[in-house]
Amino acid sequence: MTDGVRSTTRPGQRPREVATHCPYCALQCGMTLRTDGAAVTVAPRQFPTNRGGLCQKGWTAAELLDHPERLTTPLLRDPATGELRPATWDAVLARITDGVRAAQRGHGRDAVAVFGGGGLTNEKAYALGKFARVALRTRHIDYNGRFCMSSAAAAGMRAFGVDRGLPFPLADLGRADTLLLVGANPAETMPPLVRWLTEQRERGGKLIVVDPRVTATARLADLHLQPLPGTDLAVANALLHVALTEGWVDKEYVDARTTGFEAVRRNVAGWWPARAEALSGVPVADLEATARALGTAGRAIILTARGAEQHAKGVDTVTGFVNLALALGLPGRPGSGYGCLTGQGNGQGGREHGQKADQLPGYRKIDDPAARAHVAGVWGVPADELPGPGVPAYQLLDALGTDGGPRALLVFGSNPVVSAPRAARVESRLRDLDLLVVADFLLSETAALADVVLPTAQWAEEDGTMTNLEGRVLRRTALRPPPAGVRTDLEILAALAERLGGPAARQRFPTDPATVFGELRRASAGGLADYAGISWERVETSDGAFWPCPDADGPDSPRMFTDRFATPDGLARFHPVEHRPAAEEVCARYPLHFTTGRVLAQYQSGTQTRRVAALRRAAPEAFVELHPDLAHRLGVGDGEPVRVVSRRGEFRAPARLSPAIRPDTVFAPFHWGGAARANSVTNDAVDPVSGMPEFKICAVRVEKV
Amino acid sequence: MTERIVIIGNGMAGSRLAGELHARGGDHKVTVLGAEPHRAYNRIMLSTLLAGKIGEPDVELAEVAGHGVDLRTGSTVTAIDRAARQVHTADGDRIDYDHLVLATGSRAVVPPLPGLDPADPPDRVVPFRTLDDCRRILAHADGARRALVLGGGLLGLEAARGLAARGLDVGVVHPVPHLMERQLDAAGAAVLAGTLADLGVTTHLAVPATAVAADADGVRLDLADGRSLTADLLVLSCGVRPDTALAVAAGLDVERGVLVDDRLRTRDEQVSAIGDCAQHDGTVTGLVAPAWAQARVVADLLTGAEPAARYRHRPAVTRLKAAGIDLAAMGDPAGGPGEELTFADPTRGTYARLRIHDERLTAAILLGDNPTVGTVIQLFDRGQPVPADRRALLLGRAVGTTTAAPATSPALMPDAATVCQCNTVSKGALVRCWRDGARTVDAVVSRTRAGTGCGSCRDAVVGIVDWLSTVDSVEVSR
Repeated sequence: MTDGVRSTTRPGQRPREVATHCPYCALQCGMTLRTDGAAVTVAPRQFPTNRGGLCQKGWTAAELLDHPERLTTPLLRDPATGELRPATWDAVLARITDGVRAAQRGHGRDAVAVFGGGGLTNEKAYALGKFARVALRTRHIDYNGRFCMSSAAAAGMRAFGVDRGLPFPLADLGRADTLLLVGANPAETMPPLVRWLTEQRERGGKLIVVDPRVTATARLADLHLQPLPGTDLAVANALLHVALTEGWVDKEYVDARTTGFEAVRRNVAGWWPARAEALSGVPVADLEATARALGTAGRAIILTARGAEQHAKGVDTVTGFVNLALALGLPGRPGSGYGCLTGQGNGQGGREHGQKADQLPGYRKIDDPAARAHVAGVWGVPADELPGPGVPAYQLLDALGTDGGPRALLVFGSNPVVSAPRAARVESRLRDLDLLVVADFLLSETAALADVVLPTAQWAEEDGTMTNLEGRVLRRTALRPPPAGVRTDLEILAALAERLGGPAARQRFPTDPATVFGELRRASAGGLADYAGISWERVETSDGAFWPCPDADGPDSPRMFTDRFATPDGLARFHPVEHRPAAEEVCARYPLHFTTGRVLAQYQSGTQTRRVAALRRAAPEAFVELHPDLAHRLGVGDGEPVRVVSRRGEFRAPARLSPAIRPDTVFAPFHWGGAARANSVTNDAVDPVSGMPEFKICAVRVEKV
Repeated sequence: MTERIVIIGNGMAGSRLAGELHARGGDHKVTVLGAEPHRAYNRIMLSTLLAGKIGEPDVELAEVAGHGVDLRTGSTVTAIDRAARQVHTADGDRIDYDHLVLATGSRAVVPPLPGLDPADPPDRVVPFRTLDDCRRILAHADGARRALVLGGGLLGLEAARGLAARGLDVGVVHPVPHLMERQLDAAGAAVLAGTLADLGVTTHLAVPATAVAADADGVRLDLADGRSLTADLLVLSCGVRPDTALAVAAGLDVERGVLVDDRLRTRDEQVSAIGDCAQHDGTVTGLVAPAWAQARVVADLLTGAEPAARYRHRPAVTRLKAAGIDLAAMGDPAGGPGEELTFADPTRGTYARLRIHDERLTAAILLGDNPTVGTVIQLFDRGQPVPADRRALLLGRAVGTTTAAPATSPALMPDAATVCQCNTVSKGALVRCWRDGARTVDAVVSRTRAGTGCGSCRDAVVGIVDWLSTVDSVEVSR
């Protein structure tokens, strides 16, 4: 192993027990890992987010550490047989280096692209962005977080001047008199968060859920609004219309802390509730009751999640709810506000430090000369050598292997073959590449297509930090070293940098996460997401630290916007937003609305959770949720296989009959690949601002198989 | 050459068209001529303004003035010269157009009653149509005790409800035996009259008015049955008439409204008409939704955004929603073929009647607290099949939607029933754990992980453990 620079981060002595966090969602539940030298066990840990709770995914997370399918050796596609075969690190690194050089020689630097993930630690996300800009000098880097909360991020940026999922601690949820969840199903996606909802209701608070399905979360609600998918924006505008006509708008707050209200007021004057009712199917009485609950509450919180955000109008939909929150004077008031429930483990941190096509560390804009100068200074390169902005994830994937598009792609911590919209198209783009490299610890559907597969370390084998849905920076702590033959992502990047640029380039990519974090602090200093004052020690001793935190001796920021917003004048911005139809509407050939989502026992593309026995038992296969009336018309019985067909493709899965869904809408979870891949049919229309694809609505027909 | 589009009318239809044209971009010069002096406003909200809940600024609509749109309020068009493609205004302006859109709306009908000069109604007698009308009504309502409304249609009832909300004693006079007869059946109208009575609105039905007398002290309305009603104010809501005077004078085809085809074109290719003044396929709608749909089609065609765009008339839904009243009516209440569902709870002011033909809703009246109103409107609007269980249309999600069954006795719970969703722990698993020696809630929880996720099944787990500790032996299926 000539490039095997073994990290110094690994403790010399193997710890028997460490405090760390769950590898899955953005709640980042506190957990304790123990090992007796062989087996690793998980126990929940009291932490201010999960308060000792853990769902089945967390409990069983350690099963993948020594899973029989774990990758422990690099794989290289044999040109003769077309099969992936074990290879040495030397061979695969040489193959990558040759491929990168060939692509860039023939087609320029942008012929190589990088695709990251929202599960990577801050250190890895930062290093990956730097690697793309400094080692590859390509503008093409983006990540699967684009499919996660990019719409809420863009809406937050334009309204508040900054994007932090929750600008207040999670504990605020428990104290809200009214809590509105829009397109969020935490009872399945982050179960321990429900503890806060329980507390909220036990204190007499009112929980209102907006969701086209009667989800586990909707069943907890005092009031459930069940709109047609794609009409949340009309609902938001109508809620503000009612708040205006009933006099619940906080005029003092609007005058003192915001700008642009007049245009929004005139716009929502055109959104009387009966108009939204006809579009959404939500009764006027329910719209009025919701507006009343929010408008007359002492403390009220509005949260959006993927259901509202994963649309070609996701940014405007979120903006509609942000407008409502601002008009009611919620943001910045204790126990009140607007927030987004981020999905992936490090969805928040992953978007702050350079994985996004248009951003540099510290949530800086890559086209801002001052930002470029600062970051280039930290990286020790001339600012004019940094590439400009690239393109958002789907646009990047869609261009792979096409004329003028990237010829080589390096994927870290993502499985777009399952998780991208119009996945068959994405799969064909990947197949047309000259070089596809995937770093993962399991052979995901994307890795199975790769020319080179690099086995990487798992969460229990690495140190670093994650930033959870509250903007709280947390410490991930290694329990044990990775198995022999496996490298960390930082080691892989360092080795590639050296092969591409020699020892000088190697120096720019330390493999010790603590060193990387120190550099990240300097790179983020002065940016919106300022980590300069956050050290690992601070994180460990005080249940994490909330950014921005510019000074090591100064406070962190659990609650934002109390005095000012992060805009130049300190005022929040209203933006008038109009409802518009979905990118694809139903028609005679495709008469049903299709929407996707998650189930409790699976996570994202399922690469990990589908391999855990207990989770496989709990959620063994994909399904198509149909209303019994619809099933009856189709002649389909419960459990019988059906085919779901859109203009872009089809998938097959057993029908699951349930009155929990509207009869005009069909639902399927997207955690499975192959013939059951729900994303085979989803629409690749994207939001013009955020680049978010329209996962949550397209037109399909359902056929009996 | 930049195409010059002139829109006559800055009401709900005209202002919307300007917005739609602006949204589509392109190289157009748009001029909007509004006779009223105000910004565009939302007519739908005027009854809320009457009720005193909002102020005038709250009814203003978004405008696109400035962004390539020349908006001229207080500008009355006096003539259209189609040969010269020119519009003449009262100010003496001549405005050239390449395409002209009539969005002149409609005018309130002043009934031919003795004492009522349509050109100059008495001071205390006001039609309810425009923002200026609203101002006049409010000026008289200030300090008034009693108001009369002539006309028990949708708009009249909204005005009555608005004035009642200000604390006025309101009487509605309607010449036919039931309110809103175009939308309601007799039974529904009776329930509505009861609801109105509870809100302080008296109805005088099946009695035409015969004369009006007004002076500085008040207004008197004489009825055909010999009664005379007095009030401080009389609001006229006797229907509207499309404002087609300009079109007639310009030689366009006019019946009740200006005749237009599926592209909203009049006989003259260079002239379109939308909204209340237009007559499409025999219908003058008088509602916002079709007017806005027409604005979209015209914008699509004029900008070339959607050259195939065509307007299709869709049956309208009438919605009356004011504090204390919730009414939705669609389709022809007179009946027709098919099944009929009814539900009436007059004490609670609830009435529902639905007509279904060929598995589709063809008409519906929903009055009062009907949780299905959103669903019914969507099924009607979209022509989608109705639920197999018809009760779902009357009673809402209460039928067919299983909410988590309340935990009955643990003894009755099947072993396979999942107690903890987050960790997929069944009742059987808890029982087995008990039999294997776990004797406390903590012990059962730590072995099964039940209750360690969202925590909401904790009570159920405690209940099962309590039950286990009171029974000697529990059989469990493996």
